[in-house]
Amino acid sequence: MSDDTAGSLSGEASEGPAVRHRVIGTPPPAEARTLLAPAGADGADGADGAKVAPRELPADPADPVKAKKAERLVAACFIIAMLAGFGFIVFYALFQIHTVNGARHSNLALGSTMALAFLAMGVGATIWVRHLMPQVELTEERHPLASSPQARQEFAETFAEGADASQFVKRPLVRRTLIAATLPVALAPIVLLRDLGPLPRTALDHTVWRKGLRLVEYGSDRPLTPADFDSPGGMITVIPEGYQNDDDVLAKAAVIIIKFAPGELQPPTVMNWTVDNIVAYSKVCTHLGCPAGLYEQTTHHILCPCHQSTFDAPRGATVLFGPATRPLPQLPMTTNAAGYLVARSDFHEPVGPSFWERS
Amino acid sequence: MTPSTARRRRTAAGYGVVLLGLLLVGAVYAVITGSGSPASAAAPNAAQQAQIANGKTIFEQNCATCHGFAAQGQTGIAPSLIGVGAAAVDFQVSTGRMPAKQPGAENPRKPPVLDTAQDHAVAAYIESLGGGPTIPTAAQVSTKGADLALGQSLFIANCAQCHNFSGAGGALTDGKYAPPLTQSTPTQIYEAMLTGPEAMPVFNDTTVTPGQKRDVIAYVTGERSVANPGGASLGRVGPVTEGLVTFLGLLLFMVLAALWITAKKAKAHE
Repeated sequence: MSDDTAGSLSGEASEGPAVRHRVIGTPPPAEARTLLAPAGADGADGADGAKVAPRELPADPADPVKAKKAERLVAACFIIAMLAGFGFIVFYALFQIHTVNGARHSNLALGSTMALAFLAMGVGATIWVRHLMPQVELTEERHPLASSPQARQEFAETFAEGADASQFVKRPLVRRTLIAATLPVALAPIVLLRDLGPLPRTALDHTVWRKGLRLVEYGSDRPLTPADFDSPGGMITVIPEGYQNDDDVLAKAAVIIIKFAPGELQPPTVMNWTVDNIVAYSKVCTHLGCPAGLYEQTTHHILCPCHQSTFDAPRGATVLFGPATRPLPQLPMTTNAAGYLVARSDFHEPVGPSFWERS
Repeated sequence: MTPSTARRRRTAAGYGVVLLGLLLVGAVYAVITGSGSPASAAAPNAAQQAQIANGKTIFEQNCATCHGFAAQGQTGIAPSLIGVGAAAVDFQVSTGRMPAKQPGAENPRKPPVLDTAQDHAVAAYIESLGGGPTIPTAAQVSTKGADLALGQSLFIANCAQCHNFSGAGGALTDGKYAPPLTQSTPTQIYEAMLTGPEAMPVFNDTTVTPGQKRDVIAYVTGERSVANPGGASLGRVGPVTEGLVTFLGLLLFMVLAALWITAKKAKAHE
């Protein structure tokens, strides 16, 4: 809606200059918003008697030759932008993204053309502003933000009048049923949280480790025997047999086993859960779940690479340093009839970081 | 049935085949295990004895100050070398870590002080004191036909937490660090896994088999020739440097762009 229309509407609605009714939602009276200087303030009268405001901005750049050059430059930028934009469409149709390499090429082509299109547009616009538009400073006075007392008075009157006319105050039945009608709309988003997925229930408390499950080397899936560690200081990452390709399982069930010299293992390590000075700990840090696998053979410390939590491997992986607060859970381990390292049971406590309802 | 087939089926021929097979297995075994364990034999020959004697001299000149004249070590200064094996000596000496310049948290890699012959002589001397892992042969560290994928899995699970996924190394505690693997030779990588130098755990041949060690070596050495997208490696330590460089680069670009957009022209109007 233009200023003219608003002005004429308010003019029609008004019954006199003193009492001016404004339609709510329309711009304020037009005379305050004119961009030109007030007619006749310091302007000259036109030939036909109409008042003409003086020009504040020069019509043309000072140097027409340079301006012509700049114009061509701007046009060239815009043409580049246009071509890049068309290129984007062409590359979109051209590149198939069903393979990893295809997706990479497509991303590169689409990203480059889009960047070029926007960059050329921006550069063109900047050259336009710098070389074609006049470089003058204009000052616009700041006006008070608050509406005039008269306008505020009018608003209050209009509001009270409307409230009365709508019968909202007089008819509580309508009012209260309307409020009741909005209640379920407010509740619905909370109910929709259910769509975030199934509840975890006790999934965080358990891993797939169970009695008799063999510990196999990650990567080669080879089961291990205690005799495989022929010297102290050895360490290897193991996973539950049969879950080699299940990342969801491995995220919780990864374990490191470490071989010690006789007599090095001490409480609170559970000695019944060790085999031949070999101990198994969860590889999931109890702080934020990073793989705690830096094992220093000389100090017997297990470190987490993320936040430097340090665990004392021969003493039940108790915390020596860092943000972790609980020891790495120890996996109950034994050997089966064939001599392979197997789990005695699942971990006796949840592995990994603390969570809300962890007992 | 031809006469030749009939002859092959005679019992004598059967024994012959078994004998041939045994010889072949023995020969292959000898090639694989190699001549790297001369001193473990019951009676070292004259040449080996000379090498051991030479090694003892070199040891006394270069190593005995810290490790003791009987290689028994000194508490708090240097460990005993009895039983560490030739592989440990070859790793420490060929990487230049030993003889150490000064005691410290970590002995850095530097140009080796002793040449290969001296290195092997000291290794033979130490091995004569108490056995231990031997220096792997060229066949043992060959990456021909290695399984890169398995090597990567093993490296990611057991090595990457300290040495970084691309072998760029990383920090440990108290000034110790896991060195970058960018210059390590296949023999040195093999020896490091076998002997667990300094803070590194041991990955002996029964937990990580010789074949798997070759796979790991293939991954570590192969990782060096992987192209760097964008041209610069940025240390190959992951997204931190890449993010920093991108951030600073874009910041600089945006600052320059802002300067250009708002700059006053040299010839101002009015």
